[in-house]
Amino acid sequence: MSTRRPYDGVAVAVPVTVPYVRYSTRSAHWWLGRALGELIRASGIAKQEVDGVCVSSFTLGPDTAVGLMQHLGMSPRWLDHIPMGGASGVVALRRAARAVQCGDAEVIACIAGDTNHVDSFRNTVSQFSRFAQDAVYPYGAGGPNASFALLTDYYMKQYGATREDFGKLCVAQRDNALRFPHALMKKPLTLQQYLDARPITDPIHLFDCVMPCAGAEGFLVMSEARAKSLSLPFARVASTIERHNAFPDDPIQFRGGWAMDCDAFYEHAGMGPDDVDFMQTYDDYPVINLMQFEDLGFCAKGEGPDFVRKHTFTLDGSFPFNTSGGQLSVGQAGAAGGYLGLVEALRQLTGSAGPTQIEDVRIGLVSGFGMINYDRGLCSGAALLERGHA
Amino acid sequence: MTEPLARPKKKNPNARTRLPTLPPGLRSRSAHGLTRAAAEGVFEMQTCADCGTVQYPPREVCGHCLSEALEWRPTASGGELIATTTLRHSNDLYFRERLPWRVGTVRMDAGPSVVAHVHGDVGHDDGVDGKGTRVRLVLKLDRSGQAVLHALPERNTPAMQDDPQMREATCDPKYRRVLITDGRSELGIAAARAMLDAGASVVFLGDGKTWKSDPAFDRLTQSDERIQVVELDVTDTDSVDRLAASIGGKVEIVVHTADHLRDGGVMSRRDVILAKDTMEIKVFGMMRVAQAFGPGLCFRAADGSNNAVAWVNLLSIHALTPLPARGAWSAAQAAALSVSQTLRAEFHGAGVRVVNVFHGPVEETWDQLTPPPKLAPGAVAKAVVKALQDGTEDAYVGDIAQELRTRLRENHKAVERELRG
Repeated sequence: MSTRRPYDGVAVAVPVTVPYVRYSTRSAHWWLGRALGELIRASGIAKQEVDGVCVSSFTLGPDTAVGLMQHLGMSPRWLDHIPMGGASGVVALRRAARAVQCGDAEVIACIAGDTNHVDSFRNTVSQFSRFAQDAVYPYGAGGPNASFALLTDYYMKQYGATREDFGKLCVAQRDNALRFPHALMKKPLTLQQYLDARPITDPIHLFDCVMPCAGAEGFLVMSEARAKSLSLPFARVASTIERHNAFPDDPIQFRGGWAMDCDAFYEHAGMGPDDVDFMQTYDDYPVINLMQFEDLGFCAKGEGPDFVRKHTFTLDGSFPFNTSGGQLSVGQAGAAGGYLGLVEALRQLTGSAGPTQIEDVRIGLVSGFGMINYDRGLCSGAALLERGHA
Repeated sequence: MTEPLARPKKKNPNARTRLPTLPPGLRSRSAHGLTRAAAEGVFEMQTCADCGTVQYPPREVCGHCLSEALEWRPTASGGELIATTTLRHSNDLYFRERLPWRVGTVRMDAGPSVVAHVHGDVGHDDGVDGKGTRVRLVLKLDRSGQAVLHALPERNTPAMQDDPQMREATCDPKYRRVLITDGRSELGIAAARAMLDAGASVVFLGDGKTWKSDPAFDRLTQSDERIQVVELDVTDTDSVDRLAASIGGKVEIVVHTADHLRDGGVMSRRDVILAKDTMEIKVFGMMRVAQAFGPGLCFRAADGSNNAVAWVNLLSIHALTPLPARGAWSAAQAAALSVSQTLRAEFHGAGVRVVNVFHGPVEETWDQLTPPPKLAPGAVAKAVVKALQDGTEDAYVGDIAQELRTRLRENHKAVERELRG
């Protein structure tokens, strides 16, 4: 009994990536400003006509989206700041889509970006949240590596996943990344190299970890009519979901909020998992990919390892996945990591993916996951996007 | 199983001394409910008085029914280790120096899942379906003085106290060198024996009256070759400095026993000469020893497995509320407690723990007018060792001390009237 209305008439366009670097001496404002500038240049829309802005960043402090508007000389009539880490892209999309649909704004720039100074990562991790400060960081200060190590340990024991399963995904993503011009990791990776890598936080080894870096991503949300008048290729939004703090009684995280909303997600789109041509998951650690396959209906709970064994995940494979290489091979530019999959999906659906372009794709699924506030990721979201141009 | 700790080798003076660093110490105010429990070695968690839900991490309102009636209550400490990892990398300097480090997720019988340090003797056979190895959780203070959860094996294992995580969490006298500031007093003699029994490698016995023969003291000093009598008069800055220059780098635990128990209130005398003597020993003596030995303790606070760990003060429970019949002495106890709390703040940066052991009346020479029950000096000494082995910060020894503390919590005005005699 869904009361949700379709996203009719909404276009998502102009996928933009500001090339990542490992360390940057710039501030987050620079990266976000570059993303906005790219959106304006690439779309041909005048700066003052962008009347909505949605921002995500971990390193913008002490500023918020408000201060950033003065910094960038923007006067939007609609402004949002989404602090949801890896779920930011999907959530920004669904907020912006409704605002455009209802006429609260005409053109919304969704941007996410972070800088990465040499000490940024430690600062972000050590002050991430109150619960983390009280109840996780004092336990070895392992950061996300340690949190995901515990989830991975549990998942491996519970469902029989092996390091080879995780490795297969990492190797496939690296193959994809070799074709993606902006990926920071450009050396080929073999399964043997993956397996032989040094342990970081058992069972997490080196190639299971994303590399923090600086970068920014962005896209525009506007009406279909506007996109067409500007001759901008675009994607339509077939369905979206978000969920926060799902399954709080699970003793440890073995599923995400997608599992609560999966049926409604496909029902709203009038599609099923079989209709999906490619998938972009949030992939800061490989175990969370398997949960997304399961919780978004590509296989049953616990069958993630089997699903991985049955498919190839490269651009030309049986389940094209994280086609730009994902965060594991491109790098994790803070909150931009929550946009990376969405922006790459828009490139695929607007035919602008260049070397990573898959032929004839019509439907893409993007999912996001973020914010290990204490022992588990709290935010989840997903979007089904459909190629919009003729 | 944990390998028993090896006796630390004599240190090469040219080798690197590991400098003191602290584990992450920021906590919310609510989380300090755990600190209060850990400081006294009890296990309490925040519990909703309305719906009974046990909260973790600590909250402002109940995560289940949103009631603000959250209380700290003794809680069942058992649980199952359902996931575990060994950190081989850390973002924090303290842990980097101590890798590998084991942590895990424990599903408590009381409800919540907690992230905890995991003792090396906890089995690795944690299973599926939320069932894992049985563990018991304890709250300990870490080197930053903040409470952390440790998952221990359900039953004690032979050398579990020697596990590197336990060695960090506690101040065990084993293989450590202890200075007892007044070794001639009944409490000093008892403390020395308890430290030797606990495996201290050297006990330096402070002696302000080296010319004087005393059978109990002489028996002790001749009984064990780990005892070294050192000349120390805590009322004499030169004496304190001389001793620090001689052994300051070799002391890992200071037990401040020096005291000056005398009867008498304030108006019962026409002068403050006796009160000055008491202050001179109990308060200024403590400050002198801290000034002379503190910097050395701090420098060696992370130096190997026999790092400097603790400063112990023996205090009467009348540090908390005076016994008017011994008003001057009670004032000195209260002043000493205040100095001790300042020392706690000053030692914090190095992670050296300041332990206050509050005791009731003790069977000792100068205490003639207190009716029984009185504590044997050995009971106080045992409590000192236990506090060090458990890693607690405040200990209340004996029925009188514990009763008085409870009464103070219940109605401190009643206590004032009841003690006035």
